[in-house]
Amino acid sequence: MAEVLVLVDHVDGAVRKPTLELLTLARRIGDPVAVHLGAGADTAAPVLAEHGAVKVLAADAPEFADYLVVPKVDALKAAYDAVSPAAVLVASSAEGKEIAARLALRIGSGIITDAVDLEAGDNGPVATQSVFAAAFTTKSRVSQGTPVITVKPNSAPVESAPAAGTVEQLTVSFGGTATGTKVVSRTPRESTGRPDLTEAAIVVSGGRGVNGADNFHVIEALADSLGAAVGASRAAVDAGWYPHSNQVGQTGKQVSPQLYIANGISGAIQHRAGMQTSKTIVAVNKDAEAPIFDLVDYGVVGDLFQVVPQLTEEVTARKG
Amino acid sequence: MSLRIVVCVKYVPDATGDRHFAEDLTTDRDAVDGLLSELDEYAVEQALQISEASDDAEITVVTVGPEEANKDGLRKALSMGADKGVHVVDDALHGSDVMGTSLVLAKAVEHVGYDLVVCGMASTDGTMGVLPALLAERLGVPQVTLLSEVAVADGQVTGRRDGDTATERLAASLPAVVSVTDQSGEARYPSFKGIMAAKKKPVEELQLSDLGIEADLVGLGGAWTAVDSADARPARTAGTIVKDEGEGGKQLAAFLAERKFI
Ligand SMILES: Cc1cc2nc3c(=O)[nH]c(=O)nc-3n(C[C@H](O)[C@H](O)[C@H](O)COP(=O)(O)OP(=O)(O)OC[C@H]3O[C@@H](n4cnc5c(N)ncnc54)[C@H](O)[C@@H]3O)c2cc1C
Repeated sequence: MAEVLVLVDHVDGAVRKPTLELLTLARRIGDPVAVHLGAGADTAAPVLAEHGAVKVLAADAPEFADYLVVPKVDALKAAYDAVSPAAVLVASSAEGKEIAARLALRIGSGIITDAVDLEAGDNGPVATQSVFAAAFTTKSRVSQGTPVITVKPNSAPVESAPAAGTVEQLTVSFGGTATGTKVVSRTPRESTGRPDLTEAAIVVSGGRGVNGADNFHVIEALADSLGAAVGASRAAVDAGWYPHSNQVGQTGKQVSPQLYIANGISGAIQHRAGMQTSKTIVAVNKDAEAPIFDLVDYGVVGDLFQVVPQLTEEVTARKG
Repeated sequence: MSLRIVVCVKYVPDATGDRHFAEDLTTDRDAVDGLLSELDEYAVEQALQISEASDDAEITVVTVGPEEANKDGLRKALSMGADKGVHVVDDALHGSDVMGTSLVLAKAVEHVGYDLVVCGMASTDGTMGVLPALLAERLGVPQVTLLSEVAVADGQVTGRRDGDTATERLAASLPAVVSVTDQSGEARYPSFKGIMAAKKKPVEELQLSDLGIEADLVGLGGAWTAVDSADARPARTAGTIVKDEGEGGKQLAAFLAERKFI
């Protein structure tokens, strides 16, 4: 069977969930071969094997952390040369997309970004994408070269499918451009203890209606009662009430959870672009005419400062 | 010596309009008014700020797009304060994918001559966000992308990149390609004076042949990807909407319980 390269997204060997989803999709096309760059391959390998990786190609070098993007492109290219895969899958993070694009250009292949599903097809893998702020669904293929496809988080289930996952060292020689952009310093984002926004099954968001940083605890309390991640509209972020890393929308994170709860958010097209593919959508807004209500499975017209605390209390009581 | 800044901008259908696909499954540019991609305004703004902070700089705005991209796209950037424009316009470009577009932009940027290329973080129509990286790959210069802060001094570009798991400080020598996010600072509005001045600023029109690009490398035929189908997302079935009469939170909880979320 043909092999499919999967670039592992990890933090020091802790494999991030979207990579496990990629392994599920890769198995629809061929045998997944994971590419692990940086420290922690020994930690990652058993997890990758458990989810279907037949092989783990590992390379570690200071360049991966010290310089932006290009060293990883060089390494993925080395893996591509070693394996001659049927496709290359990468998670749709900002960095993932940049790595994938540069690799695609180097190997003379087309690239599809932000797929939300992937199936085997007669002319190669068929990717489903959600475009124009999720108003349209397209099916596309790479028509030249080896398909390079980036996939959004939450696009496939994580499945157990034990395979060998044998670790092999990957030899990488870095090209002249690898050290072009130096990472002078890196400050890891402080953990909030809440799930990652793009990976969470439930997202609770607040917008301009939250009316102040001090009021966001109302949103956080609901999120915590549900074990959810916290999101924010750009209006709330621009006002300085919540960090940009939590922004949902076109220029923030694109989320696709099982449940999205929008509080005091009007539903502008750029916000929709980041949440419209959520499975179930719920909104609380005091304006019955707010466009967000066009999207909802359930909506409450009312003051969020009345409705949200009552909901939190009820969730806690029912779970208790 | 003068700092040569090239800003790459895209003319896109207005995102607040009812965007569609044309029959050949390319973006329908007739149904909705076009404009300068809002995310590229941030690139123009940062280029202007870098230029203002340097002794001597010149900003050229480059676009690849249809006829209207000049009047409704480039002119906006020029009225904000850029010095001159380059418009690559050619029927053969219709339907180009990101590989084709990046090829043309790379050639156009080289044609202008550059020390610093500034891009927006993504287009508001295709939204891939990979063009700046492809441009850096094609030009063989450092990629310093997705910056929320950027500065140029002593032949170096530095900036801050807010990644998924960490914030990074980056540095590279010029020439380089940067992209800036919408966190980099509000874009200025063109002044009346700026709008008048823009009318007189030079815009060079180029065809593919002027850049030595074979037509079959671009356009729908030269694309390395193919769209097989595009379907409007089925309208969401109308949900239940209740007015809060004091029990709204409890009603919502009952709905979440029914759907097994609690
Ligand atoms: C290029 C570009 C990119 C953008 N990217 C993004 C993006 O990534 N994400 C994003 O979100 N936006 C983005 N925007 C901005 C977007 O257009 C909207 O301005 C923004 O989403 C509005 O945020 P909001 O819904 O919180 O605020 P508003 O539109 O002001 O809505 C606030 C809502 O809160 C309701 N409300 C007020 N008080 C209460 C209360 N007490 N109880 C209940 N409801 C209340 C109001 O009825 C109103 O509907 C972008 C815009 C552009 C031009």
